[in-house]
Amino acid sequence: MSGLIIDSDACRGCGICIKSCSYEALEMKDKKAQVNENCVLCGMCIESCPFDAIKIEKEKTNGIELEDYKDIWVFIEQNDGEIEPVSYELLSKARELSKERNCSVNALLLGEDISKEADKLFAYGANKVYISEYEILKDNLEEIYVEFLDKVVLDYKPEIFLFGATNFGRSIAPRIAARVKTGLTADCTILEIDEESGLLNQTRPAFGGNLMAQIVCPEHRPQMATVRPGVMEAVKKETNTKEVINIDMPSIKEPSIKILENIIEKKAESISDAEIIVSVGRGIGSQKNLALVERLAELLGGKVGVSRPLVDVGWADQKNQIGQTGSIVAPKLLVTFGISGAIQHLAGISGAETIISINTDKDAAIFTVANYKVVGDCVEILKSMISKLEKKCEKEQVV
Amino acid sequence: MKIVVCVKQVPSTNEVRLDPETNTIIRDGKQSVINPFDTYALEEAIRIKEKIQGEVIALSMGIPAAEKILRDAVSVGADSGMLLSDRSFAGADTLATAYTLSLGVKKISEVDLILCGKMAVDGDTAQIGPELAENLKIPHITNVSEIIEINDSEIICRTITETGKRLVKTKTPVLLTVLKDINMPRLPSIDGVINSLDAPVAVENAESLGANKSYIGLSGSPTQVVKTYIPERKNESIEIKGDSETKSEKINSVIKEVI
Ligand SMILES: Cc1cc2nc3c(=O)[nH]c(=O)nc-3n(C[C@H](O)[C@H](O)[C@H](O)COP(=O)(O)OP(=O)(O)OC[C@H]3O[C@@H](n4cnc5c(N)ncnc54)[C@H](O)[C@@H]3O)c2cc1C
Ligand SMILES: Cc1cc2nc3c(=O)[nH]c(=O)nc-3n(C[C@H](O)[C@H](O)[C@H](O)COP(=O)(O)OP(=O)(O)OC[C@H]3O[C@@H](n4cnc5c(N)ncnc54)[C@H](O)[C@@H]3O)c2cc1C
Repeated sequence: MSGLIIDSDACRGCGICIKSCSYEALEMKDKKAQVNENCVLCGMCIESCPFDAIKIEKEKTNGIELEDYKDIWVFIEQNDGEIEPVSYELLSKARELSKERNCSVNALLLGEDISKEADKLFAYGANKVYISEYEILKDNLEEIYVEFLDKVVLDYKPEIFLFGATNFGRSIAPRIAARVKTGLTADCTILEIDEESGLLNQTRPAFGGNLMAQIVCPEHRPQMATVRPGVMEAVKKETNTKEVINIDMPSIKEPSIKILENIIEKKAESISDAEIIVSVGRGIGSQKNLALVERLAELLGGKVGVSRPLVDVGWADQKNQIGQTGSIVAPKLLVTFGISGAIQHLAGISGAETIISINTDKDAAIFTVANYKVVGDCVEILKSMISKLEKKCEKEQVV
Repeated sequence: MKIVVCVKQVPSTNEVRLDPETNTIIRDGKQSVINPFDTYALEEAIRIKEKIQGEVIALSMGIPAAEKILRDAVSVGADSGMLLSDRSFAGADTLATAYTLSLGVKKISEVDLILCGKMAVDGDTAQIGPELAENLKIPHITNVSEIIEINDSEIICRTITETGKRLVKTKTPVLLTVLKDINMPRLPSIDGVINSLDAPVAVENAESLGANKSYIGLSGSPTQVVKTYIPERKNESIEIKGDSETKSEKINSVIKEVI
């Protein structure tokens, strides 16, 4: 059986591992650490031990023929005929990884009337594009897509299979992983090929962004991951191989979930892919001051983001909330006004490129992530920024 | 309607610190609370029961102490709990956890509806819902923000998609993962708390569930965590000083450079 093993010869009874365990699974007996039934094999104690006395032993499971699996496949997500930007990001990442694996990058493009998009996929890194065009693939329906992708895995045996960590990607990828009985790493922010083993090293934030975990899937294929949108860079490059392969629709039984109504909200309403965000927290003081924030966002061509307390009191809509229980954002520019930088809030902004923070408290936690720190009153600074920008606009109009 | 609500025990805070002396990771918060997202799933189940009658069973895989969160579930209105606990379940990734939970659901039998939270605040994968549905060969819907109509054989609900919202109709049995917009969870009543003290909480292990040893715990987990670390927070902020006018001038010029 698998289990946690403590080498009692190496253990010096220092007790550090006991502190590292949040499950109360380690105790001291006769000056040696011992594990009890609370252990969930999370592995935290292994790294805490200064004497390398702890390890996890895993029973070998009967593996599959790993050599049969090859190439990196990317699931291209379309919504109403438009490709999600994360799909391009994945292709560019896959191109990078494929150099180390010496393999092909295959894009899987499913939808209705979608083949016109294939050229873009080549530009961002695909060597081959597998296409299937059917009316039934227009709406992203789990039951249909899972059957389709299951067949792709069976027929083509991808070594690596990547999905965007969108709502739909996070809904179908686990279902396929469970179907083909392989591992799936959630919401990755770093993907690399391990030099020694050739395995895909998948790094992801857990515990609301407080901990990074590096995960591998050594004995099962495909190695599957969903990848957080906006983290990898989409890079355009011309390729010379442009192979398009059509795949037939497998026969699929009538889905038991039916769409009654599809309400498409303007993309403009989502802050997750905004390039510029002006965000505001409780330090703004009163609801009427929010108009200033909106004005600034308008002047900069950006969107407004808020901390949770503003949603709680009804000053702002939940869809504008940034953080662990709101949206994860990754803008080029984030300007924060009167936000303290609580850990749950920071969990949502780690992908921001440049952060400018304005706060009256010089020790506010937000400054630990800000590139530019401004200690001062946010209302005053807002007003002054706006008037300067407005003046500039006027001048430009006159000229 | 027979409803199973999946609840996970999580540390009371998800903060992680670095021990300054030993430079090792310390997780704050001892295991004691029900995953906050699961309280919405639980509340929704209780509301359905109140509306169309039924039975609510809280299901958890965890250490023996997780029995507490099942009693907490009863204190707000669940009828009973089932705890899947065995040392051989330890180290489970989402594939092994979903398989184990599916055995619990099969043991409960004739389940019409399974509700899960959107995600657990520690593992954070949001994968258990879809993987559990796959193990049970039933459809699933993620990110449900509202249940509009429900009867024993059909549910109409609203979900959030990448581009907006969707109204969907599904037959039962089905698994839904719910968002926190769906309701406002109630607090336990005094009667509820008293009830929960001797409410039925079944405890099952690998043998009683008839688990296939190669699908559970660490052995049944294809993924392996090789390393964990606390993310570096860049802390080289440039301070912009001066009076408000100067500051705003400088901020504007930084912005101009960036965009
Ligand atoms: C499970 C859980 C999930 C959560 N999820 C989220 C989430 O997704 N998103 C989120 O934002 N929060 C979330 N929270 C709440 C979070 O813990 C904080 O309470 C919240 O982020 C604080 O918001 P704030 O920074 O606006 O307010 P505060 O923490 O009150 O900070 C206000 C800041 O404004 C400054 N200030 C005051 N006056 C001025 C002024 N005149 N000019 C400039 N600065 C001024 C103060 O110095 C202070 O730093 C969550 C909490 C929990 C427990
Ligand atoms: C740092 C870290 C990173 C990890 N990364 C991965 C990863 O990328 N891939 C992977 O496969 N595993 C991963 N795991 C393992 C994973 O956390 C466990 O398998 C865990 O048991 C379930 O996953 P979750 O916490 O992500 O739950 P989620 O899938 O986020 O939970 C969704 C819902 O499922 C239900 N649920 C979840 N767990 C239980 C339970 N034990 N009992 C009852 N209901 C439950 C709840 O309703 C919950 O709201 C990771 C673990 C750690 C510590």
